[in-house]
Amino acid sequence: MDKIEVTFTLNEVEVTRSIAADSRLLDLLRYECGETGTKEGCGEGECGACCVLLDGLPVNSCLVPAFQVCGRSVHTAESARPTDLEKLNASGTAQCGACSPGVVMVTRFLTQNPDVARDVDLRQFMSGNLCRCTGYDGILEGVKSVLGDHERIDSDEGPA
Amino acid sequence: MNILQPRDLKEALDMLAADAESMTPIAGGTDLMVSWPHKPHDGLCLLDLSSLKEELGSIVVTDDYVELGALVTYWEVIRDERLADLLPLLREAASQVGAIQIQTRGTWAGNIAHGSPGADGVTVLMAYDAEVVLASAAGDVVTPLDSYYTGYKLTVRRPDQLIRAIRIPLRSRGVQWFHKVGARTAQAISKVGVAMVREDSSDAPAAWRVTANSVMPYVCRGRNLEQELASGRIFSSPEEIRRVLDADVAPIDDIRSTAEYRATVLSRLIYMQLAG
Repeated sequence: MDKIEVTFTLNEVEVTRSIAADSRLLDLLRYECGETGTKEGCGEGECGACCVLLDGLPVNSCLVPAFQVCGRSVHTAESARPTDLEKLNASGTAQCGACSPGVVMVTRFLTQNPDVARDVDLRQFMSGNLCRCTGYDGILEGVKSVLGDHERIDSDEGPA
Repeated sequence: MNILQPRDLKEALDMLAADAESMTPIAGGTDLMVSWPHKPHDGLCLLDLSSLKEELGSIVVTDDYVELGALVTYWEVIRDERLADLLPLLREAASQVGAIQIQTRGTWAGNIAHGSPGADGVTVLMAYDAEVVLASAAGDVVTPLDSYYTGYKLTVRRPDQLIRAIRIPLRSRGVQWFHKVGARTAQAISKVGVAMVREDSSDAPAAWRVTANSVMPYVCRGRNLEQELASGRIFSSPEEIRRVLDADVAPIDDIRSTAEYRATVLSRLIYMQLAG
């Protein structure tokens, strides 16, 4: 298989890897960068377990060809804020944990984009994150609790 | 597997002109990459369009039309406030085509190019009388979207052509409606999708557009029904609508649904919408 060289920013650190030309971003992250927080679920863009942020936007890394991330920025579950993870855990967001990395990344997107968080219906917005334990209430509670936390931080830190 | 990454549209079109048959253009990859490891890649040559974002990624709004560049995504349309009032069905379909992870990657032009019968985006674009701007080294050709498809995943696009933009005329529209029926409310492929638009004019009777996806082997128009509606016919039952639609669409059986279900649901959805 032909090899290509890919240089991109992974969780704020620039990395370069020589990979098979037909690698997916998911393969690049898990098998070349050791970032195994990103999970492979369905492999067809439906379940959201492999969700990462690409230039700040949620994408399913199983549907992103690795050659398209050259020069771009990727954030994975490994970059999540520990305090956000504690909030999610406290609300029962994780049961088996398969969907959690994706849920963590969508939550992070919402905290970074409060205008989007205000506009959307959360349950519908999370429809790309399938939970096989059917624990959606716990997930939504967790996401809301993280968002509430960030709103407080914003208003504490914002101009008087 | 080989990858070509052109620096601009001209270079992409020159690459296609040299050897179009062997190349597969890729934008967001939401169709092409599905179950990727299970597909054969040997001999595949991908023409990566993602590097042309600057050239093909704009949404242009004029007094007469809206033009979506070929790399405009569903998410970009959802977040563009200008389009919310001008072309509300675009946001409607984009929100239902898949969740955020699909919306941020999938492009409107890709939805057209892939030719899936289930393309929600194509249904609303067709109801808005969209045109497809096809570019090639030989120049641009503009094709009405409603004559773009010739069969299941068959289109008038030549292998050396790329979709450069989608042009949607702005008109006075009184009715604008899109409805999708899937296995669940979100993140599902349509069993039936339908759009209806009524174009109002001060000096002519209203014109109608009725379009449907996941019903025929390609996204289709219900021209007989459009004419009946334009003539002012009032339908008193879904069955009456179905009898007219029978001349317009020949529904298919497939893994997601049956022809009978599709014909029944399509006519009921339209009836309920018309009945208010």
